[in-house]
Amino acid sequence: MTQSATPDIAAGRLRPDEIAANFEDIKPPLDRKKALIESSRCYFCHDAPCVEACPTSIDIPNFIRMINTGNTLGAAEKILEANILGGMCARVCPTEILCEDKCVRNTSEDKPVNIGMLQRFAVDHLMENGRYPFTRQAPTGKRVAVVGGGPAGLSCAHRLAMLGHDVTIFDARDKLGGLNEYGIAAYKTVNNFAQAEVDFVLSIGGISVKTGQALGRDITLDQLRRDFDAVFLGLGLSGVNALGLEGEEQLSGVMDAVGYIADLRQASDKGKLKVGRKVVVIGGGNTAIDIAVQTKKLGAEDVTLVYRRAPENMSATWHEQEFAQINGVKIKHWARPVRLIGHNGAVKEVEFERTALDDRGRLVGTGDTFAIPCDHVFKAIGQKFVKDPVNGKARESLDLADGKIAVNEEMKTSLANVWAGGDCVASGTDLTVQGVEDGKVAAHAIDRTLRGAK
Amino acid sequence: MADLRSNFLGIKSPNPFWLASAPPTDKEYNVVRAFKAGWGGVVWKTLGEDPPIVNVSSRYGALHSADQRMIGFNNIELITDRPLDVNLREIKQVKRDWPDRAVVVSLMVPCTEEAWKGILPLVEDTGADAVELNFGCPHGMSERGMGSAVGQVPEYVGMVAKWCKQHTRMPVIVKLTPNITDIRKPARAAKEGGADAVSLINTINSITSIDLDIMAPTPTVDGKGTHGGYCGPAVKPIAMHMVADIARDPDTFGLPISAIGGIANWRDAAEFISLSAGTVQVCTAAMHYGFKIVDDMISGLTHWMDSKGYATIEDFRGRAVPNVTDWQFLNINYKSIARIDQNKCIKCGLCHIACEDTSHQSIAKIKDNGTRRYEVIEAECVGCNLCAHVCPVPDCISMVSVDTGKPYLNWTQDPRNPMRKAAE
Ligand SMILES: Cc1cc2nc3c(=O)[nH]c(=O)nc-3n(C[C@H](O)[C@H](O)[C@H](O)COP(=O)(O)OP(=O)(O)OC[C@H]3O[C@@H](n4cnc5c(N)ncnc54)[C@H](O)[C@@H]3O)c2cc1C
Ligand SMILES: Cc1cc2nc3c(=O)[nH]c(=O)nc-3n(C[C@H](O)[C@H](O)[C@H](O)COP(=O)(O)O)c2cc1C
Ligand code: SF4
Repeated sequence: MTQSATPDIAAGRLRPDEIAANFEDIKPPLDRKKALIESSRCYFCHDAPCVEACPTSIDIPNFIRMINTGNTLGAAEKILEANILGGMCARVCPTEILCEDKCVRNTSEDKPVNIGMLQRFAVDHLMENGRYPFTRQAPTGKRVAVVGGGPAGLSCAHRLAMLGHDVTIFDARDKLGGLNEYGIAAYKTVNNFAQAEVDFVLSIGGISVKTGQALGRDITLDQLRRDFDAVFLGLGLSGVNALGLEGEEQLSGVMDAVGYIADLRQASDKGKLKVGRKVVVIGGGNTAIDIAVQTKKLGAEDVTLVYRRAPENMSATWHEQEFAQINGVKIKHWARPVRLIGHNGAVKEVEFERTALDDRGRLVGTGDTFAIPCDHVFKAIGQKFVKDPVNGKARESLDLADGKIAVNEEMKTSLANVWAGGDCVASGTDLTVQGVEDGKVAAHAIDRTLRGAK
Repeated sequence: MADLRSNFLGIKSPNPFWLASAPPTDKEYNVVRAFKAGWGGVVWKTLGEDPPIVNVSSRYGALHSADQRMIGFNNIELITDRPLDVNLREIKQVKRDWPDRAVVVSLMVPCTEEAWKGILPLVEDTGADAVELNFGCPHGMSERGMGSAVGQVPEYVGMVAKWCKQHTRMPVIVKLTPNITDIRKPARAAKEGGADAVSLINTINSITSIDLDIMAPTPTVDGKGTHGGYCGPAVKPIAMHMVADIARDPDTFGLPISAIGGIANWRDAAEFISLSAGTVQVCTAAMHYGFKIVDDMISGLTHWMDSKGYATIEDFRGRAVPNVTDWQFLNINYKSIARIDQNKCIKCGLCHIACEDTSHQSIAKIKDNGTRRYEVIEAECVGCNLCAHVCPVPDCISMVSVDTGKPYLNWTQDPRNPMRKAAE
């Protein structure tokens, strides 16, 4: 195979209409008819396994019954009571490993009720009708700072506002939403849904928003602890793991997947995004899948995703892996990158070593290598918590565990009046829905503490 | 937001959703669970004189739809099988613990004044809100001269209602059996006897199925079966007709009604209320799915009322009654025809064959270059609705009214009516 001397990274690989079609909603919403048919498949199980599998414990059989009786607004309220980001979760939750995996219909006929799509049907109906279902409890006069306006922060802020507290959200970015706005694959949340949902959440009132305010740069934790009655940290993971290979920083064409996805999500014209003809993605999680599929949809010719272990070890679900393959992504297992090969300052090939498990089950290199020619390399081998903003110059520092913020079951950190949740805490499963649950749990704990403290 | 509070005969409940007298209301344990779930009231499982009755084992039968859901339910149970004093003690406790909920006590004792006079003070002492006289049970009790044996004889209904009104200050609700040709007769008798309200329907005589291997009806008790009381979604149309008949009968007009029969969700409830019911009672749906279904009833009715601008139950109660009429007063000049939405049609052909084989041959089957197409022959369509009902796709076939340019004309006025009274 001949390699051109200059890397082939270019914009406009596809016509605008092709790009538009590629980035359409991957799961078009159910219409009323389909929703009725699907809802009639739910048995209204008691103490249902699907509810147990939902991190936010949405009362699934109840909301599905409400869809079935034509009480769609009631269904949406049921969902939002438990999960204020029910609209986003309906779009992005890996239901194949959550609620739908536990549906009793899997046992009798191998086909679960399509819970995610029903949830979306109900919440979209409510939001499209311009409805907002909650009211605030009597004001408590307490003030809470929420740092980070991602799923965890939004959920916490909303619940606190509902309980009568006044909330200020600080976020380093220009827009709220966290990875809903900057990370989730574009075809999962079309039509600017993330911002519509942020507006919906804020419409409860009592939440003021300060964007462009970074903890550790513009504000400090000490300051917030002094000025507010409680603080919630929903900082997410702002660092990315490095390959640890020579040339990683210098060679052009080697990029972080999350940064590229953020640009893609913010691009007003996706046709202007530059993408390689040949793309290599390194990693095994949803980020790897998302960057692989999205570069393919931008017009990359060959996209190869390389993961160092077996398919079942990938944190991307089987459903996500299948989705990538359907979209023309080639997935190679059992290989790890050992060398970035450049030419004229640009990456040209990645050399991989085949891997295997030794007799003690540890991953080892076999010494056998191969190279994949490429124009563009995306690193998607995980994100990490950056602790400087919280522990930089603070008087007391937060306890960490596994490099993330340590919390108890109430999402309380080691510091008085500081709670945390979402991806930045040690227990996190790194799912949107887990962030929502963490935020909700923390809000109730904060509420109990603030009321008790009176 | 709509206010669902209900005031029926002065009995207040936070919503009009009551559980009917049946197993769900048999004891304190169930009733407390129901109140915790949000039910507005209960009619306690029918009490009788001691010694308590004895039930058989194998008690329920069911008619299922293809997806294994009960659309009809049948039972051969009798009234409560627990001692009177146990029930009375529990009723008293529940009413004390849940003062904002309606607690009505259902009664069935032998048809003598002594018997009724004896039991009423005991119930009154519990603090219960009212009594419901069970004249409905179609099996077991009727053979003993109680239940529907009384309910089928209007004179007895009136007589017992009168005794009860004489011997208690509690409101008296008479529960009617549907196992009668004209429901208005016992309703009128109840009213004449002084009853404050009627509730209906109790269960309908039925045999749900025959086990073809053992050649016996189900539920089968040691090789034999008997007729039982039918209820559940399948009986709702029958119950609605009976409620409507009482609601529009000049003799019983305005008599409060607590409606029962096949109610499972807010919509069923709204329909009965539109036919003038003040409260609705549920049995089978709760037995099928548990008490939690009341969530949807509360939230669904609230949202629907909001969407219609009804602030209270009274705002729409009885609104459908004036539109229930007799066949002879329907507009014979009205015409509707079927219209198929070709974009929604899935080409199953069910509408065609239904009309072709059994109706008016008004849906043409067209094969065009291998594609199927079904088209209404408008000139032939009589507007019977059959195709719309058999169509598996919601909103695919709609019935649209066509302007005939002719004025309202009913059968009593129609020249084609041989019995027509000559116009003045
Ligand atoms: C590419 C990608 C795709 C994903 N796809 C899915 C998916 O399909 N389904 C799914 O369930 N999950 C998915 N996830 C995971 C999911 O997005 C996260 O679990 C979720 O967003 C975590 O929410 P959070 O609120 O904890 O953090 P984030 O969403 O990361 O939000 C953190 C917020 O804090 C702000 N912030 C950070 N540091 C500071 C600071 N120092 N000062 C002020 N503000 C700060 C950030 O600007 C951000 O707004 C994906 C993640 C990635 C990276
Ligand atoms: C198992 C069973 C037992 C019942 N027992 C009584 C009873 O003791 N007294 C009574 O008045 N009605 C009794 N009923 C009738 C119900 O109260 C109700 O009138 C009837 O079931 C119709 O309502 P549904 O369609 O909601 O079930 C019983 C019904 C069932 C299914
Ligand atoms: S419901 Fe089933 S388990 Fe319970 S008493 Fe009846 S037959 Fe027995």
